[in-house]
Amino acid sequence: MDIIVPGHGSGGKLMNDLINNLIKSTLGNETIQLDDAAHLNLATTSIAFTTDSYTITPIEFTGGTIGSLAVNGTVNDLAVMGATPQFISCALILEEGLEIETLKRILVSMKEAALKAGVAIVTGDTKVVPKGKGDRIYINTAGIGVFTNPPQRREIKPHDTIIINGSIGDHGTTIMALRNNLTFSKGLSSDCAALNHLIEDVIRHYPDAIKFMRDATRGGVASVLNEITKNAPFGAKLIEDNLPVKDEVRGVADILGIDPLYIANEGKVVMIADKRCAEGIVEIMKKHPEGRDACIIGHITNEFSGKTYIQTKIGGKRILPVLIEEQLPRIC
Amino acid sequence: MSDIKKEAALLSQYLLPQPVAIMEVCGTHTTEFFRTGVKDIFPQSLRLIDGPGCPVCVTANDYLDTAIAIGWQHNCVIATFGDMMKVPSSYTSLAKEKSKGLQVEVVYSPMDAVDMAQKNPDKKFIFLSIGFETTAPAEAVCVLEAKKKNIKNFFLLPGNKLTVPAVKVLLDSGEVNIDGFILPGHVSAIIGKKAWDFIATDYGKPAVVAGFEDHDLIRGTLMLLDLIKNNTPKVLNQYTRVVRDEGNLKALEILYSVFTKGDATWRGIGVIPESGLDLKEEYADFDAYKQFPVDVPPPKEHPGCRCGELLRGVILPTDCPLFGKACSPEHAVGPCMVSSEGPCSAYYKYGRK
Repeated sequence: MDIIVPGHGSGGKLMNDLINNLIKSTLGNETIQLDDAAHLNLATTSIAFTTDSYTITPIEFTGGTIGSLAVNGTVNDLAVMGATPQFISCALILEEGLEIETLKRILVSMKEAALKAGVAIVTGDTKVVPKGKGDRIYINTAGIGVFTNPPQRREIKPHDTIIINGSIGDHGTTIMALRNNLTFSKGLSSDCAALNHLIEDVIRHYPDAIKFMRDATRGGVASVLNEITKNAPFGAKLIEDNLPVKDEVRGVADILGIDPLYIANEGKVVMIADKRCAEGIVEIMKKHPEGRDACIIGHITNEFSGKTYIQTKIGGKRILPVLIEEQLPRIC
Repeated sequence: MSDIKKEAALLSQYLLPQPVAIMEVCGTHTTEFFRTGVKDIFPQSLRLIDGPGCPVCVTANDYLDTAIAIGWQHNCVIATFGDMMKVPSSYTSLAKEKSKGLQVEVVYSPMDAVDMAQKNPDKKFIFLSIGFETTAPAEAVCVLEAKKKNIKNFFLLPGNKLTVPAVKVLLDSGEVNIDGFILPGHVSAIIGKKAWDFIATDYGKPAVVAGFEDHDLIRGTLMLLDLIKNNTPKVLNQYTRVVRDEGNLKALEILYSVFTKGDATWRGIGVIPESGLDLKEEYADFDAYKQFPVDVPPPKEHPGCRCGELLRGVILPTDCPLFGKACSPEHAVGPCMVSSEGPCSAYYKYGRK
């Protein structure tokens, strides 16, 4: 049998075979506990706990799959709080008709992502929905991380520096190009990656310098900064000259009429840090593969309080507004 | 300092003997002047007036009313550029009707609609053909392609407009005092720089065809300011890497093999003779107006909406009492607030400090 059928969610032999022979054996016989709940031992009572659901189309793309996305996304949500991610859960909602081979590739990419991030997938769930009631596969992952340092949330002040660990808009552009059959857009790849090792390294070297971090997923870098500046007594200024945007991303974004600053990333952290440590933090990031193109992209200012804005290449300024809803392709 | 930064300094320090008002005729220019920050570095006495250059904005309400009526009354799929989705029609919008079950597909190119029609022969697809001379040749190609492939379920609702007649109407009305024009680069790539020479010869005003990058906008504005300052009524071409004097003759030939000039209704301006593109009689099989007669309630304007005056350059978005209050991108009263090239959208997004 090579596709998912309703029986795979029935609670009977088909389901047990799927879980034991495919899911558990791929995700980790040594880590997954099949009991009603996983029993975990934590080093501290201060933990971070998060959950996220993944519904991406297409489910496999250059640079990742919905599986690696689900692991890395949850790992990053924990890491940007300053926690060390340790345990992940994995709930699969499978649509009848999904090819087992595809499911296997997705599970393998989950396992690889978990190994790379150093987290254990410890518990899970599998449901099957009838054909037409889902989009092939949905994944929910919850994650637990432990704090060995205080949560990285400190008061943001004017002159703090805005840092990013690399190029902007890679993930969303890759997905949009695939969805719209922009076949000329070769060379695009999602930046889907776990950032916990990079972030932990920065915290180790600069335990008090980070004011705020967030992974710039949906809504992109501009939306992260808008969340920070909303009703704040300061503004956030980006320098267009400094923004790392790959040529192929810029090209596709131009065609679709979309600003890379609003495009989703899956392996980028926007970090607000003390100005005195900014250069050092960039150097640390650059030692990691996920931070090779790390750079300073702007700073917190006294002007335009409550707003995020950009200084363009020619020195003009404009507001980067809060995104109202999904960006739509334009007319010409 | 890089060349572009030098040019930027020239513009920001440009000395104008008196206040100057220039109009940009293209919706992409409207947003790009903001997006690149060029408008932010204008010398103080220079004012940029937005013209009727957003194709979505100048489309009158009855067009969308008709499209929605065809969709429902003839069970057709409406294929459209994303810009049109949230534009208010007289009574509703495509987005609202879609959530009620109207079949609407967003496409990136008119050819997508032809492909969809070919792949789904049991459905009828109506492409909303909105745009200026820039997009019309592509739409003409679609009709030719559909004819060649004998695709019987692809139709076009003609709504294309021509920019030159609209600029003439603005100049004739004398309603706005415009010292010079920044002319649309993409449109001019099709119709040619010469098509604009009348601005200088007939009306004694200067104009510059400009591109869309920051350096194009700066150079184009500098060229126009020089013409204004020296009182030289001429039409110049800054965008020479794309725009020829004669335009793209091949594209024009294709365009006028499928379309013919006809009267068109412009929001805020009214009917302008010979300012629209109708499908030629021999392509009537593809004309949604002819193939799908519908009952449409009389079009209605939204009380208080000043998009019309805005599109004639009479007011700025911020002069409209609804701007940013009753009218915002989430709850747009007029099209200028939702179209990505609409002046209100640009002011709302980038202009508020």
